[in-house]
Amino acid sequence: MTVETIERIKPEKVDYVSTTNACKACSPLGASVVFRGIEGAVPFLHGSQGCATYMRRYLISHYREPVDIASSALGEKHAIYGGGPNLKLGLINVMKKYGAEVIGVATTCLTETIGDDVPMILHEFRKEFGDLDLPTLVWVATPSYQGSHMEGFHAAVRAVCEQLPDPAVERHKGVNLLPGFVSPEDLRHLRDIFDDYGLAVTMLPDYSDTLDGPALEDYEKIPSGGTPVEAVRAMSGARATVELGAVLAGAEKTGGTALQENHGVNLHRLPMPIGLRNSDAFFAALDAISGRETPTRHVKERGRLLDAMVDGHKYISGKRAVVYGEEDLVAGLVAMLTEIGIQPVLVASGGNSGRLPAAIEEATDGILREPPKVMPGVDFYEIRNEAERLAPDLVIGNSKGYRMARDWSVPLVRVGFPVHDRFGAQRTMHLGYKGTLALFDRLVNAVIEKKQADSPLGWGYI
Amino acid sequence: MTQPIFEDRKNQIHVKGGAEPFDMACNRDSLAGAVSQRACVFCGSRVVLYPIADALHLVHGPIGCAAYTWDIRGAVSSGPELHRLSFSTDLRENDVVFGGEQKLYRALCELIDRHEPKAAFVYSTCIVGIIGDDMEAVCRRVEKEKGVPVIPVQSEGFKGNKREGYDAACKAMIRLAGTAPIDDISPLSINLLGDFNLAGEIWVIRDYFERMGVQTVANVTGDGRVGDIRRSHGAALNVVQCSGATLPFARMMEEEYGIPYIRVSYFGIEDMSEALYDVARFFAEKDPGIMERTKKVVSEEIRAIMPRIKELRKDLEGKKAAIYVGGAFKAFSLVKTFRHLGMQTAIVGSQTGTREDYAELEAITDPGTIIVDDSNPLELQAFIKEKDVDIFVGGVKERPIAYKLGVGFCDHNHERKECLEGFVGMVNFAEEVHRTVMSPVWRFVPRRTAGKKASLESNNIDSACSLGAPEECMKEGAI
Ligand code: SF4
Ligand code: SF4
Repeated sequence: MTVETIERIKPEKVDYVSTTNACKACSPLGASVVFRGIEGAVPFLHGSQGCATYMRRYLISHYREPVDIASSALGEKHAIYGGGPNLKLGLINVMKKYGAEVIGVATTCLTETIGDDVPMILHEFRKEFGDLDLPTLVWVATPSYQGSHMEGFHAAVRAVCEQLPDPAVERHKGVNLLPGFVSPEDLRHLRDIFDDYGLAVTMLPDYSDTLDGPALEDYEKIPSGGTPVEAVRAMSGARATVELGAVLAGAEKTGGTALQENHGVNLHRLPMPIGLRNSDAFFAALDAISGRETPTRHVKERGRLLDAMVDGHKYISGKRAVVYGEEDLVAGLVAMLTEIGIQPVLVASGGNSGRLPAAIEEATDGILREPPKVMPGVDFYEIRNEAERLAPDLVIGNSKGYRMARDWSVPLVRVGFPVHDRFGAQRTMHLGYKGTLALFDRLVNAVIEKKQADSPLGWGYI
Repeated sequence: MTQPIFEDRKNQIHVKGGAEPFDMACNRDSLAGAVSQRACVFCGSRVVLYPIADALHLVHGPIGCAAYTWDIRGAVSSGPELHRLSFSTDLRENDVVFGGEQKLYRALCELIDRHEPKAAFVYSTCIVGIIGDDMEAVCRRVEKEKGVPVIPVQSEGFKGNKREGYDAACKAMIRLAGTAPIDDISPLSINLLGDFNLAGEIWVIRDYFERMGVQTVANVTGDGRVGDIRRSHGAALNVVQCSGATLPFARMMEEEYGIPYIRVSYFGIEDMSEALYDVARFFAEKDPGIMERTKKVVSEEIRAIMPRIKELRKDLEGKKAAIYVGGAFKAFSLVKTFRHLGMQTAIVGSQTGTREDYAELEAITDPGTIIVDDSNPLELQAFIKEKDVDIFVGGVKERPIAYKLGVGFCDHNHERKECLEGFVGMVNFAEEVHRTVMSPVWRFVPRRTAGKKASLESNNIDSACSLGAPEECMKEGAI
């Protein structure tokens, strides 16, 4: 990757003062998802009631599962005199009524602004209520004015990796996996892959059950599943950590680096395994870590993916796509699109880590003749303005781009988060050979469907 | 008797006819850590003002508050759709430290130039309350420079609950009223308050009034227009629907312009008819013919829907419902509506009911009914199980609770896509309740299959009614 090419791919964006139709959510939401993925945990937002309720609603619409997020429900006087007492009261209530083993406390803009010192309040809390059987408390600072839901997500993962792993744990053969913000189905698939390698994996977070659970006779106050706290404590002794996300890989401080720095756990930083090359890299890393060859099942899946790419290439070759969403997700998607001959013309994100252009450069380098336009830190107003001129055939991203796609009458292939207008978002696959294949089928079919619908005659064979 | 889950919330739960006398607490701050289903002041004002379709709605705050309220309600417009966009100043660290007034000013100018709205509403959020931006001053300045009304909505989230948000919204709106000429308004005229035109409902209601010969001046706020609200003080009567989101506006109109108001509900046959008759009675002196016309509208409409309702009722007879909604007024109508369907309400609650509201609920429900204020998932699931209901009516946040337990659900919130108001709405509602209650899926859920063989059997008999069995099911309801 040369400086010259990075220059070429540089974001071009007008600076607006206002935001119209944000392409992001706020950071405590990301933290809540992480805490939802720890066994026995209740996410707790330190702030006013509204934030927690809004985020619950947002998450419920996507996952279609109960999402209980507690709040310290601050009122006016707390906003002035500090929210400590309410935070403590709230923790006690959550402990008693939910029987929480872990409470993940995330701040909101309000408590960050009034300057509540959460670690100090938690310290006091532990002292005051030391006689009770206290849950494990984790906390993370998530002011939204410093970043999107992804910053909140990664900050929470890092907070857990910093605060819980036990330095006294002995080395063991387990592997840590920090998968990033992916679907419950993706998490299940990742777990299967590790199982197939015979690797004991600690996945953080693991909301594959808690945010996609079965029908029950009884309401579970805290849904079963999630990463056991014991396993989190033992992450310090793992033989390696695998951390997914091409953009995250450039971040200075992450969950993975914390485990590396504090406990000497070997860190493999990889892009999200979407597409052939990214998946190859992922499996290669697992080969190396396990000292085994890729399990046959996955070799076959790779073969099927390649076969499908050949079978389907003609339908999509040369199509132009607009891709948006979380930075790591779009970096993965672009890698895949590049391989299958879809030209990503615009790659956008509400996230603004500063590392997206480089990740896109890397994902497209050597294959794409013309690099896509990369726009980090944008909203849908900007995406729409820019994309309209680029005449896309396809839109790939979350539900929030529906209006645009509809106005341009091009298909929207729904990936990532949030998916508020379709069913089954929890079960959408994106990762590995299998996930890539599932995505590939959807992309090809979206194009075929459009052509079929638009044709005056229609047809019964393709 | 229902045991409270949170001791502190004991007096926010009441069982009708139980040992305790009726003395419910309400309108309290939500309990910390209790996972209230409630939102915030900002949410309250956002929902009231949001459907004004040709106004700019700018959220002054960090991104989440705006992102989570982007087009969340299906308020339909017959014209402009500016309300469906989500505008935010997206405050960043710098703004939090140095103040957001400059950014607000520039954002307003940018957006007004871009969209040429008829007015702009600027919502304050928690942070703005803390950093102390002078929104009033910024709005005044932009109003002068751009020549459109720019109105601050004082809706800092932590200053109470949704109810205070309604007040803030109405205070903002009243600044528009009285600012346009009203000479061409009919003496038989009303403003429709508190309808948000979900799934086009306000068009159904307006049609009834039109057929009665009544002119609607302003829709407040479904399918709302700034221009109409500016002349809303020309109407003879304010018709306020539902629990009181716009009641403060009606009161202010009464005080300032002497316009009386009545409260109505458009849900269910009884309340819908009553709403029309109330308006007719109000105008009867001015136009003696109005009563006749109203009767005609009501009887035509009822005649059209009754056969279907009776048919559906056959299957629904004896089923039990739970209701948990935002406003209590809606709950009254739902209790009555379920009765029309032969169903019993076993649980009823709201996020923002007042003492009078709960007293009314206590009066109209059957003994044993649980009445609850500002509930939470733990309570709701416990009530559902205790009462073994067949359907739960609520909003998005309640849905997964019901489904997880294997209980039918009907969305009666602001995301609905089906018109539930008016006579046609009664049929739609009954159809939906029927569709879900009668779905075979419930036979297979753990609640029905695990350790509940007895109730399973009796349930199968219930469900068999649709196939035309026991006499019980055939008896005519007293509609
Ligand atoms: S105040 Fe901050 S944390 Fe709360 S909803 Fe708004 S952006 Fe999110
Ligand atoms: S920050 Fe305040 S205004 Fe915004 S959602 Fe949270 S409680 Fe409501």
